[in-house]
Amino acid sequence: MSHYDFTTPVTEEQVRKLRVNDTVTLNGTLYGIRDATLIHLFDRGRKTRFDLRGHALIHTAPNVKWVGETKAAPTGYEPICVGTTTSDRMERFTRPLLSEYGARIIIGKGGLREGSAAAFRELGGAYLAVVGGAAALETTWVERIEDVDLDDLNPESLWKFRVKGFGPLLVSMDSHGGSLYTEVNQAARAKRAAALAALGVKSK
Amino acid sequence: MKVDLKQVEEASKELYIRALKILPPDIKEGFRRLDAGETHATGKAILGTMIRNIAVAEQNNNLLCQDTGIPIYNVTIGADVQVDGFGLKEAIRKGCERATREHPIRSSVVHPVTRKNEHTSCGREIPVIHVDFTPQPESLSIEMIPKGSGSENNSWLRMAVPADGVDAIKTFVVDCVLDAGGKTCPPTIVGVGVGGTADLCVHLSKVAATRPLGSRCEDPEGAALEESLTRAVNQLGVGPQGLGGDSTAFAVHVEVAATHITMNPVAVNMQCHSARRARATFTPKGVTYGF
Repeated sequence: MSHYDFTTPVTEEQVRKLRVNDTVTLNGTLYGIRDATLIHLFDRGRKTRFDLRGHALIHTAPNVKWVGETKAAPTGYEPICVGTTTSDRMERFTRPLLSEYGARIIIGKGGLREGSAAAFRELGGAYLAVVGGAAALETTWVERIEDVDLDDLNPESLWKFRVKGFGPLLVSMDSHGGSLYTEVNQAARAKRAAALAALGVKSK
Repeated sequence: MKVDLKQVEEASKELYIRALKILPPDIKEGFRRLDAGETHATGKAILGTMIRNIAVAEQNNNLLCQDTGIPIYNVTIGADVQVDGFGLKEAIRKGCERATREHPIRSSVVHPVTRKNEHTSCGREIPVIHVDFTPQPESLSIEMIPKGSGSENNSWLRMAVPADGVDAIKTFVVDCVLDAGGKTCPPTIVGVGVGGTADLCVHLSKVAATRPLGSRCEDPEGAALEESLTRAVNQLGVGPQGLGGDSTAFAVHVEVAATHITMNPVAVNMQCHSARRARATFTPKGVTYGF
C-alpha cells in the first residue's frame, strides 16, 4: 500500500502504478461531471471546450452561490458544498471518457462495474473512492471554481475546480483488473447462505 | 391553539437548512457505536472520516452532504389545533423554496420527463407533504427529511405470496442489502415495510428508514424481525461505502401493516449514513426546534 501525491494532469505511466488499496491525494485541476453532463456529451452530441486529457473527473453536482465575477470567483460561482454522488448510474460513460476525452482518473463513491474495470485495464485509468456523504470535509479541499462549461445544465454543469490536498482517496479500481467492490461483493455473497441460515430461512 | 402560517413558512425554511447541517443525536450515537465495534481497517478509516465530517459541517456551518435530496415534510396535528390545511401546505412549499433560494442550496428536483430544474427544490407534488393526527393537545409538529438519491435509488417492492411465508421477507431484505452494496452510502438504516397494499408497504419502508435509531417497531413480530435482520445484514461484510467491514447498517427497522389473505408484500427503502432529520414543534408557547 503506497501513497501518491499527484498534480494533474497525470500520465498513463503514473496511473498504471496505482494498485487497489493505495491512496492518492490530488492537487491542481479537478473536473466535475454528472448524469446530465455525460448524457449531453455522449448522447446529444455536445462538445466541451475543456481539454480533459490526463485529468481526474469527479462524479459531483455541487452547491454553489452566485457572488459575481471576482478574482477569487472567476466564474462568479463560489463553492458552498462540493461532494460526491453514486458513480454506478454513470457506468456506461467511463469508456468514452477515457477513449474520446483521454481522462485518466474517475473519482466517485460506491464503485463502477466490469465495463469500467475493462476500460481502466485496456486504456490506462483508475477509480478513486472518496467517502460519500462527507461533503463538508471534501469542500475544504476545494480552493475555487476556476471555470464552468455547459452551464445551462446547472447544477450538472461541467465544473473546473482548483483543488489542494484533495484526499487521501482510496484506489478501489486499478488498471490491473483489481476492484475492491468486486472483492467485497463476492465475499458478501459467499456469506449469504450463512446469514439466511441464522435467520432460520429453510430453503434457498 | 391557532397556528400562524407565516411561522409555518419560516419554520419550513429553517428546517430544511437545519436538517442539511446538523445530524440528530441518535445518529451521532450510532456512529460512535459502529466505530467502537468496527474491526476492518478500511471500514474503520471510512467511519472516522464520516465522524470528522459531522464536526466539520457544524464548525463551518456547512451542509453535511452535497445531496439536498427530495424534501419531505411530515406534519402531525394535535387536538384543539386550528389551522387552514391548504394554507399550511402552501406555507411549507414557500418555506422550502425560500431555503433553496435564500441560503442558497442546490435544487435537486427536476421534471421527470423534461428534466427541467426550476431551482426551487419544488415541482409537481414536491415537496412531499404527509399529514397525520395525534390526540396530544395543542401541538403541531413538522418533521423535515431531505431524502438523498443514493439511498432512494435503491428501493424495492416484492409482492410475495402467502406460501412464501416470512422466509420471503427475510431473504428479500438480505438480497436487497447485497444488491445495494456501496451505492446507498452505507452504513445505512434499512427500512422494511411488511404487509399493507403495494403503496402502503413502500410508504412503511420509508417510515422505517427515517425513524430515529433506538426506536422499536410497535408490533412485536416486527420488533423481533428488526433484531434478527440487523444481526444478519451486519454479518455480510459489505461495510462502510461497500468497501468491507462490520458496519453495513446502523439497524434494520421494520414497520408492519395488516394485509390481504392472498398477499405477503415486502418493501425495502434505505437511509444513507447522513440520516438527516429536523423537527419544529408549535405549541401555545411558540416554536421549538429539535429532531
